[in-house]
Amino acid sequence: MMALPTIEVGTELPPLEIEPITRTTLALFAGASGDHNPMHIDIDVAKSAGLDDVFAHGMLSMAYLGRLLTSWVPQERIRSFGVRFAAVTPVHAQPTCTGRVVSIAEDSATVDIAVRLADGTVTLTGDAVIALD
Amino acid sequence: MSAVAVDPAKAKDIHFDPRVVTIERGRLRFFAQAIGETDPIYSDVDVAKQAGHADLPVPPTFFFSMELESPDAFGYLSELDIDLRRVLHGEQSFTYHSMAYAGETLTLRPRIVDAYSKKGGTLDFIVKRTNIERADGAPVADATSVIIARGNRKDAR
Repeated sequence: MMALPTIEVGTELPPLEIEPITRTTLALFAGASGDHNPMHIDIDVAKSAGLDDVFAHGMLSMAYLGRLLTSWVPQERIRSFGVRFAAVTPVHAQPTCTGRVVSIAEDSATVDIAVRLADGTVTLTGDAVIALD
Repeated sequence: MSAVAVDPAKAKDIHFDPRVVTIERGRLRFFAQAIGETDPIYSDVDVAKQAGHADLPVPPTFFFSMELESPDAFGYLSELDIDLRRVLHGEQSFTYHSMAYAGETLTLRPRIVDAYSKKGGTLDFIVKRTNIERADGAPVADATSVIIARGNRKDAR
């Protein structure tokens, strides 16, 4: 296995800053992810549901958190990965993914992870367990 | 109308046929492009193999997309009389047992593991867990989704 970065309680993962989410990104993610819910790609449907505009798939933001983790440790080190979707991500929002090691057990480390928008809104929170053995 | 819109026993009794999904390289490249993934192990087979992988790895959240391969992926919500326009994805988690690669054919076995209501029945929670395994039964990953239906109870609207 590849060498691991330094992992201690308090270690911050290198943040992952995402470009503002475009309508093109949402269309591509709809096709690539298989989630064709029109609330993410069709402004007419979003308006018919009382919203001003489309919003991003929650799983797009979780995929960004996946990138945060796999750019830090090899993917085969990830034992588990879970999130709670706390707020929607409007189109054009600019997410940043962050992570911090909060505990270390004998053979694993737990990382708290989050996605924040430029206006401070926290859209996803969760954690991941990374194998150290 | 009962106090609880979703009957937990009925939810847990919903039968899902196992789903067999073959992972395609092109689909994984498309997914990598859509999420802005720049690490070439997720799009270039040669780089992936040089890094010790059997082929392009299935990235951590793609297992959720495998669940959506069904033409009627949310049919189980209709079976529970849940209004699809009022559904939110509340939580998602994955437990990983082994890496999966392009070219593999995996079997998905979903089931409803829990269903409950909060806020006086105005919020219904459905917990679905999908075990993902190889043909020989070796576990690859487990995916758990919490689906929230808002104001599903007709007399709560």
